Amino acid sequence: MDIFVQIVVAAISSGTPLLFATLGGILIERSGIIQLGAEGLMLMGAVIACMTYLNTGNLALALMAACAISAVLGVVHAFMCVTLRANQIVSGLALTLFGTGLSAYLGKSITGQPVAGAVPKVNLNFLENVPVIGGIFAHLDILTWFSFILVIVLHLYIHRTSWGLHLRAIGDNPPTADVMGIRVQTFRYGYIVIGSMLIGLAGADLLMVYSPTWIEGMTAGRGWIAVALIIFARWNPIRALFCAYFFGALDTIGFRIQLIGSEIPSYFLKMIPYIVTILVLMFLGWRNRNKPSGSPESLGIPYIREQRF
Amino acid sequence: MLETYSVEMQGIVKQFGSVTANDHVDFKAKAGEIHALLGENGAGKSTMMCMLSGVYRPTSGEIYIHGEKVKIRSPKDAMKLGIGMVFQNFRLVQTLTAAENIILGEKTSFWRGPGWMKKKQEEIEAIATRFGLTFPVDRPIWQLSVGEQQRVEIVKTLYRGADLIILDEPTSVLTPGEADQLFETLAQLKAEGKTVIITTHKLKEVMAISDSISIMRKGKLTHTMEKSETNERELARLMVGKELTAQKPLASRPKGKPLLIVDQLDVYADHGRKALNQMEFQVHEGEIVGVAGVAGNGQKELAEVLTGLRSWHKGSITFNGSPLKNASVRGAIEARIAHVPENRMKSGLAGSLGIVDNLLFKSYRKRSRYGFLRSRANRSWSQSLVEQFDVRTPGLDTPVRQLSGGNQQKLLFAREVDQDPLFMVAVHPTQGLDVGATEGVHRLLTEMRGQGKSILLISEDLDEVMQLSDRILVIYNGRMVGELARGEATREQIGLYMAGVRDEGDAEEEKVI
Repeated sequence: MDIFVQIVVAAISSGTPLLFATLGGILIERSGIIQLGAEGLMLMGAVIACMTYLNTGNLALALMAACAISAVLGVVHAFMCVTLRANQIVSGLALTLFGTGLSAYLGKSITGQPVAGAVPKVNLNFLENVPVIGGIFAHLDILTWFSFILVIVLHLYIHRTSWGLHLRAIGDNPPTADVMGIRVQTFRYGYIVIGSMLIGLAGADLLMVYSPTWIEGMTAGRGWIAVALIIFARWNPIRALFCAYFFGALDTIGFRIQLIGSEIPSYFLKMIPYIVTILVLMFLGWRNRNKPSGSPESLGIPYIREQRF
Repeated sequence: MLETYSVEMQGIVKQFGSVTANDHVDFKAKAGEIHALLGENGAGKSTMMCMLSGVYRPTSGEIYIHGEKVKIRSPKDAMKLGIGMVFQNFRLVQTLTAAENIILGEKTSFWRGPGWMKKKQEEIEAIATRFGLTFPVDRPIWQLSVGEQQRVEIVKTLYRGADLIILDEPTSVLTPGEADQLFETLAQLKAEGKTVIITTHKLKEVMAISDSISIMRKGKLTHTMEKSETNERELARLMVGKELTAQKPLASRPKGKPLLIVDQLDVYADHGRKALNQMEFQVHEGEIVGVAGVAGNGQKELAEVLTGLRSWHKGSITFNGSPLKNASVRGAIEARIAHVPENRMKSGLAGSLGIVDNLLFKSYRKRSRYGFLRSRANRSWSQSLVEQFDVRTPGLDTPVRQLSGGNQQKLLFAREVDQDPLFMVAVHPTQGLDVGATEGVHRLLTEMRGQGKSILLISEDLDEVMQLSDRILVIYNGRMVGELARGEATREQIGLYMAGVRDEGDAEEEKVI
């Protein structure tokens, strides 16, 4: 039982950054825009949060700075994809390359400086003695609790509110939404910016909670895993939670096997999440080969109002 | 006293670039009437109605609603004026439920719990039942039939308070039975004092339901009249601009030996749905076999299987005495099966290539030497085909995208007929063509029949199928549910088969099995 609790706790802690990034991606893709810039946004969020915290010692300021920088990059992506109708894949890749490069440059002076203990934990002492639940939930940090709340809020938002209905409509069939008086372009801008902020927050969470030192390229492909998770979760926030923790657990298991001192070279163990990504993609593709993928139908297609139809 | 019209459009001009779609059109309709806007494809009917519903803005001209001058800048403006339009391609979000689609534009009440949804669904159902428009409100659109989707669209306009309802080619996607049901609804809308405008090119419909008729031709509105003052013949003449030649019945031919034998064929569509189920039929030499049916009952897959574009899972196809290769386009070409695809610009011609290249697609193997195309010989060969099939083109290198629909279709026929096929699969061969070009295509098909070649004519235009076919097969749910010889086919009987109603005898037979 103890080992189970340990793995769940580790899965949550390494899955939470993935969860934030996936939720952000879900918002963006639900509005019909492909977001491949997650890796770059996460790195920028991480490095800016780290710099701000080291300079001010203020956690709230650090998180806001991470959101702000990724919001700016989100506006750039929105301008390219919505206003200029540029290729969304190219724009996303450009953001990733840009974010990777700039974060490496900015982070030179702070490499290796620890920010441990920056995020306070919520100590629920009355849970201590409850088996399993106590072990998992008694000492989580505030960002993790925030991610739980965010999952529920987003789920209700998408499925139970008028704006959520509009969001589903503009990602699926923008001309229809437009005819019904919904401002497609404005909403797309909004969702790209908000979603990007969540991805930036994912980077900040990774740095402040999971591995509290800035290292160049520290996301190590987590942005790409988040892109894959959006698809596994079929654009649903609740499924995103479980998918993110599943991948978090894989990450942890690799780490643990290493600790036991197994003969397998650590490089192979580090590959586990990525190999599983490929396997799961293949499995899902095969299982759903006869079904529509569940992706927003107009994903990746710019909307032009004056086009003749 | 001056009569006020619920809608009045004056001197409307609409230009797309250098093309004039509407040229000084005056159009009026009264409340409590069904007004038919009649015209051929491309006459400018839909463009007129799109300006009324705010999708396009007129280049010049004025619109009056209930006598007041208005400016309609967007669909939202149109809605505020009580104008609702049911488009030919429905404006529905496939993944949302019918009710969600109907309330989509509503801005009130941010929170929408189950209770609120329930209340709205009841509200929608009340409107729907009042006009005899039933559909499941809580199912996603992609699960509804086309007829049901149209009902959702109509209820959507009513829910949003429209009292001027425009339907663009409403019957083109319906079975005859569904169309009758729609007409009843329209009559009821009329009785409630709403203005109903339908655009159509089907004369029978116009005579059946409309009160007033306006006729458009080449972007101009030429005549407006009461239905009681006119008849079908006159309408046809006004619409086309010339007297239609009475259609000669085809000379009957003796039945040849079987050319194509399809036996117990099972075929799956893209998403694993069974598209053809134990399909069985034969085509004999020198006959045109028409396949009628509502779109989406397996026509597309049938055409693809016969031309090698799709594989079959069970059963066999025998062509000209030997088995047809499964899923081999080259096999089909070499067996001398010609194909006129459903969408000529998608899978028939390459739009940005010239005439010569497009003609070469099926014969380049013969028309090359040492792997290089013989360009001079091919040019003169193309020139002779262009002349023989009377393709009007500025030159042999003009991108075929720039040709008119009729000339594109002639080019396609030139390529296919030049292969000297034994058998042709023609899918909607006259879709989107004007009357002259349609006649040309029909002449080509009957000429081929005269030379002893066979044609499988898959078409949604029942008149076309009935006019050309020696035998009519009706496809429903991936099966041929009815077969009618030329003389005995009536619209009613075909309509019943199309809706899946079988002969009583058949039903009993099934029970025995």
